[in-house]
Amino acid sequence: MSEVFLGLPTAPRGVGHLRGDRSFPDAARDSLRDGQLRANLGHATSTIRAKRAAVVGEVPDWEQLRAAGKAIKAATMARLDEHLLELEKQVTARGGTVHWARDAAEANAIVTRLVQAAGTDEVVKVKSMATQEIGLNEALEAAGIAAHETDLAELIVQLGEDKPSHILVPAIHKNRAEIREIFLRTMPGVDPTLTDDPRRLAMAARAHLRERFLRARVAISGANFAVAETGTLCVVESEGNGRMCLTLPQTLITVMGIEKVVPTWRDLEVFLQLLPRSSTGERMNPYTSTWAGVTPGDGPQEFHLVLLDNGRTAVLADEVGREALHCIRCSACLNVCPVYERAGGHAYGSVYPGPIGAVLSPQLTGVEDNASLPYASSLCGACYDVCPVAIDIPSILVHLRAEHVEAQERTTPEAVAFQALSKAMSSPRLWRLAQRAAGLGRFLARGRPTLPAALPPPAWKWTRTRDLPTPPRETFTQAWAREHGQ
Amino acid sequence: MKVALFATCLVDTMVPQVAWATAVLLERLGHEVVVPPGQSCCGQMHVNTGYRREAVPIVANHVRAFAGAEAIVAPSGSCVASIHHQQAAVARRAGEHALADEAAALAERTYELSQFLVDVLGVTDVGAYYPHRVTYHPTCHSLRMLRVGDRPLQLLRAVRGLDLVELPAADQCCGFGGTFAVKNAETSTAMLTDKMANVLATHAEVCTAGDASCLMHIGGGLSRLRSGTRTVHLAEILASTEEAVTPHQTTAPAVPR
Repeated sequence: MSEVFLGLPTAPRGVGHLRGDRSFPDAARDSLRDGQLRANLGHATSTIRAKRAAVVGEVPDWEQLRAAGKAIKAATMARLDEHLLELEKQVTARGGTVHWARDAAEANAIVTRLVQAAGTDEVVKVKSMATQEIGLNEALEAAGIAAHETDLAELIVQLGEDKPSHILVPAIHKNRAEIREIFLRTMPGVDPTLTDDPRRLAMAARAHLRERFLRARVAISGANFAVAETGTLCVVESEGNGRMCLTLPQTLITVMGIEKVVPTWRDLEVFLQLLPRSSTGERMNPYTSTWAGVTPGDGPQEFHLVLLDNGRTAVLADEVGREALHCIRCSACLNVCPVYERAGGHAYGSVYPGPIGAVLSPQLTGVEDNASLPYASSLCGACYDVCPVAIDIPSILVHLRAEHVEAQERTTPEAVAFQALSKAMSSPRLWRLAQRAAGLGRFLARGRPTLPAALPPPAWKWTRTRDLPTPPRETFTQAWAREHGQ
Repeated sequence: MKVALFATCLVDTMVPQVAWATAVLLERLGHEVVVPPGQSCCGQMHVNTGYRREAVPIVANHVRAFAGAEAIVAPSGSCVASIHHQQAAVARRAGEHALADEAAALAERTYELSQFLVDVLGVTDVGAYYPHRVTYHPTCHSLRMLRVGDRPLQLLRAVRGLDLVELPAADQCCGFGGTFAVKNAETSTAMLTDKMANVLATHAEVCTAGDASCLMHIGGGLSRLRSGTRTVHLAEILASTEEAVTPHQTTAPAVPR
């Protein structure tokens, strides 16, 4: 029986930030040499790891919570269309307007139109990975609209004309001295005696932002969750900038990936326990805001929800890969990943880096546009252990590697080698021959216990930094057969 | 008990002493060891590099080689994890349902060495002697996929003369990761550096683990840097006894043959 694909295509090229210019190995080669980055990341991630471990350790039913989170997400994805339609119905009933954006370009056009209709040329933004994904700030800027980030880390990234490197703490690659330098250089009216004391930095940002909060007529946010049953949106944050943006302006526009919907209000009970402990390592985050539509005389009088696909239904079509849509963007996987800790987020080329990025970015764009990401992992499994919704990231990585191999139209040298090895390893006679051939490498060793470092590719990639042992005279199975008269 | 030994492609070809040590150890504990001659590889490398279709004939060969074995033991956490978690699945995906069922049944009877000793044979003191300072690295697949827990440490603590010292940040990946070590050689090396720093901080003579692959990576780095610290597989330590000690005792395990 043939299958009909009912979803939308993968995220289009030329818009948004899901693709890098260089492969992961190439980008990592440079970022690994950045000692400041390595120090900043190593310190930040080890600190958050310890905090997360401590607060998760306090919860006696953590494994059951994970299982519940995974089950709710799986059930939601199975009926995503129904839940989204219900969400639209409820948001509309409560005075909001729902827009459906097939991709980044459409979402940017919708939001730009809405901001222009509100008659303003600036907006304040709550941190939103979805808006980073689609390149909204750039699209607004092209239309003459200034988008002011109000999350401290996003503000730092914006003032520094940089790119986010982490999904929760986008400026993790910067230390306080570097942040002070950015503020001094770019923040209008900043105190020239500003030090790198965290409180002083925060107060400088606060003064800078306060003015914008009080002025703004339009705010743009993302959403951590949207409850279909009640049409409620939910933003989980630490700084209070979310609350300022969600309550003060006249118009609120929320851009949300379609996978963020949850069926019922009660489902939030599970996620609001899983998310803060997994992300910032706190028992509960300082500010959780929920709102449904508009309330006359209180808060924004105009609310727009922009539902974003941008490759998500393409991900949903993959039976193994669709689990990546369960992600609640906590970043626990990034904080525990030994590869991310050393290479940093920029090396992944996408606003979604780290383990979840390595499975989500290639699926959103189509694997061939991010072909090096599924291989940017040693498959250690630490991410799977900490994921609050138990996404089996290692299995998806292996699956995407196969998708990449199977997508090749022409046979690569690597494929030739692996096909030959497969033949050798599936025939005892050929395998013995292959082992004999490997044993010939002994001659290169000239009697020494290790092979010379200068070897042809791909072996040189190993021997540049590690010795290889000299192959033995006999294999174990050969010697055993000989000694046991076989 | 009759135990079929799966040497694994890497051990068989590059570090046969690990398989010898496994055989010697099991025989010393009173069991009969057989080595099915048709064995080669479990297919993990192919599966993890994206060649799952090409892995199917390798799985078929493995199943054929070990057909009828009562218990299969391998000195490798990653190979046993692949046998448990990947072999049946890749066969099934390729439509080879009979092979998938056989692979799944075989997996039930396949054990990583420390799991076999502690869970099946019920021993933690295997009568070994290894008078050296040793630190243990828990390989990722044995730690997170097989969940061997502290079985290897229980076994090491019972070894006479062994000074066991805890490895700092032990649960951090060493950076091997199969073809990752070559495709992302730079990141792999960065991870290796931190693992080596932690090993060297213990002043251990030997770093041990249940996977020859990780040990080749860690040992390769320690050797290149002329650190003086070596890697020795867990099987070799557990097989080592006083009987085989020579006047020229080094950190090479004294495995009698």
